[in-house]
Amino acid sequence: MLGYTIKRLLQMVLVLFVVSIIVFLMMSFTGDPVFMVIPIDSTQAEIEQARRLLGLDQSLFSQYWIFLSNLLQGDFGRSYVFRQPAMDLILERLPATIEMVLVAMAFATVIAIPLGVYAGANPNRTASRGIMAGSLFGISLPGFWVGMMLIYFFSVRHPLLPSSGRGETIEILGLRLSIFTADGWSHILLPAVTLALATLAIILRITRAGMMEVMRQDYIRFARAKGASRTHILFAHGLKNALIPVVTIFGLQLGDLIAFATITETIFAWPGTGKLLIDSIYRGDRPVIVVYLMLTAFIFVVINFLVDIVYTVIDPRITVK
Amino acid sequence: MAEPLLDLRELQTHFQTFGGLVKAVDGVSFNVKAGEIVGLVGESGGGKSVIGFSILGLVDPPGRIAGGEIRFDGRDISKLGEREMRNVRGRDIAMVFQDPMTSLNPVYTIGRQMDEVLRLHTNLDEAARRIRCIRMLEDVGISGAESRLDAYPHQFSGGMRQRVVIAIALLAGSRLIIADEPTTALDVTVQSQILKLMRRQVQETGAAMILITHDLAVVSEMADRVVVLYCGKVVERGLTEEVIRSPAHPYTRGLLDSIPRITDRQRRLRQIPGTVPDIRTLGAGCSFRGRCAHAQPLCAERSPELAPVRGSLDAACHFPLQETL
Ligand SMILES: Nc1ncnc2c1ncn2[C@@H]1O[C@H](COP(=O)(O)OP(=O)(O)OP(=O)(O)O)[C@@H](O)[C@H]1O
Ligand code: SF4
Ligand SMILES: [Mg+2]
Repeated sequence: MLGYTIKRLLQMVLVLFVVSIIVFLMMSFTGDPVFMVIPIDSTQAEIEQARRLLGLDQSLFSQYWIFLSNLLQGDFGRSYVFRQPAMDLILERLPATIEMVLVAMAFATVIAIPLGVYAGANPNRTASRGIMAGSLFGISLPGFWVGMMLIYFFSVRHPLLPSSGRGETIEILGLRLSIFTADGWSHILLPAVTLALATLAIILRITRAGMMEVMRQDYIRFARAKGASRTHILFAHGLKNALIPVVTIFGLQLGDLIAFATITETIFAWPGTGKLLIDSIYRGDRPVIVVYLMLTAFIFVVINFLVDIVYTVIDPRITVK
Repeated sequence: MAEPLLDLRELQTHFQTFGGLVKAVDGVSFNVKAGEIVGLVGESGGGKSVIGFSILGLVDPPGRIAGGEIRFDGRDISKLGEREMRNVRGRDIAMVFQDPMTSLNPVYTIGRQMDEVLRLHTNLDEAARRIRCIRMLEDVGISGAESRLDAYPHQFSGGMRQRVVIAIALLAGSRLIIADEPTTALDVTVQSQILKLMRRQVQETGAAMILITHDLAVVSEMADRVVVLYCGKVVERGLTEEVIRSPAHPYTRGLLDSIPRITDRQRRLRQIPGTVPDIRTLGAGCSFRGRCAHAQPLCAERSPELAPVRGSLDAACHFPLQETL
């Protein structure tokens, strides 16, 4: 287990190194950021000086080298716009995003798994067909449209829930969180539901497909021959065998939502990292974009690692080596 | 005479398939008394497993029990609701499934899967349940039983898994055990060991057993009575010695001829010619007539009813055999 963890950590470093190269190259093709930071009426000399300050006058290779050695020293660069460390900017907003995503994933999972189990175990019932038809909507409706509809119905027509911001937050272990206040919950509800919808539909369909396969197996019938109850057979004997693809998708969706909750955050003016990313792209704030992408890669790699561990917990035939 | 423990009356189990209605079990009647072993034999597709599943109420759509009665201990369990049936399954009637590789759930330990039965059907505490599981594993010949409880099915060979499945079926002390090809996956020495164990279990607890197999040699060793199935119908039934010594139905005779015997080593084994017909397209007449050496025009016109022939033998044949083997 320890050896495996170390191996995975090394892999992680390698992945991040490769990502850093790709991100850096991508950034250097996207135009000259110097024009984003200087006043419009700057002289040529001022431009040159700004270039020197930002290190943009050097060759691409030595720029990367500086970037990398700074990275290794824990210096991820400073935002051109805010003149603060880019990492701090992101970390400050990350709790807002993660909290919204976790609430969304919890919604999605708690609803999707039982429905998926039901639809997979009784594929021919009308209710199951209804569930499957509904899930098609979840997959095909665009998030921004759902978000706007929710705002229209729950904030405009019936002003029940706020449509923007995080509401009241309290600080726990240095993190600003909304989910511990009632006002915070009322703010998080709509964006989380918006975000949850597609994931809910995907997890539901994957669960159903797995259950349909598993319920045909002999060991299910053998469990029934023992006299086990229906619920026990579905969830203990069936679901556990159908869970591997569900966990895989869960991990992918989790990473995806954390990294790219941009649209939902923009619609609900949720002050998370997605909104920061959009703003930074607008302003050509290269260091923030670079750190953001690196962090995203890091989060994916960590989730992947955790998913692999969960596999071994679910299925004894899978071992880590 | 006391009422038999299990009494199947004109059981019909049908499957609605794209190709038509499959009458996998078509009017099967036989009974099993307490303490008795009844062998259910016949070629593949004869309906042996489906009978087992029907008794336990485990026939899933597109299949259904289309008629008849399954009387267990005096009541017709084929009409019971799911909840009541759950108390019959595993407690009153246990079943060993045909395929040992797939009967066990891959994600739970052997111990947990054994314990499940006892948790469901006994009031024993955890320690007592554990002891019983260990005993039972030892009884079916698994060494180091205690440490094996924490192993997963994939860590066992096919033969070992089959023994675990048998152990699970015997664990709760059910009154009827349906054993579907319980020893096919095992090598010959283990096979007789397991069969002895199962017979001892039946004798000690007064339980009854339905032994499903295509192997008449196993049946002749184990069973008190034999029921021979062909295309979902009983073609012959009677006491084991009589069926083996002087079968009345040409199909039983064919099955017996294909068993290797020590006495006539020089003679080549005679297989029954032809193959089992498609049940969906049987039509009128005897379903064995295409493969039967004694077939007459009458056999194509009318299907033979199961009727007493001599002694304990009932056979469904217009021209029952007379000679002794
Ligand atoms: N789910 C099903 N759908 C359609 N037909 C089925 C189904 N299950 C069983 N049958 C049919 O029922 C008939 C009897 O099958 P069964 O499994 O009982 O045979 P068997 O005597 O146990 O054979 P074997 O020795 O191979 O185990 C077969 O013709 C089979 O095609
Ligand atoms: S009824 Fe006719 S075809 Fe059928 S087994 Fe008897 S003799 Fe053969
Ligand atoms: Mg079978």
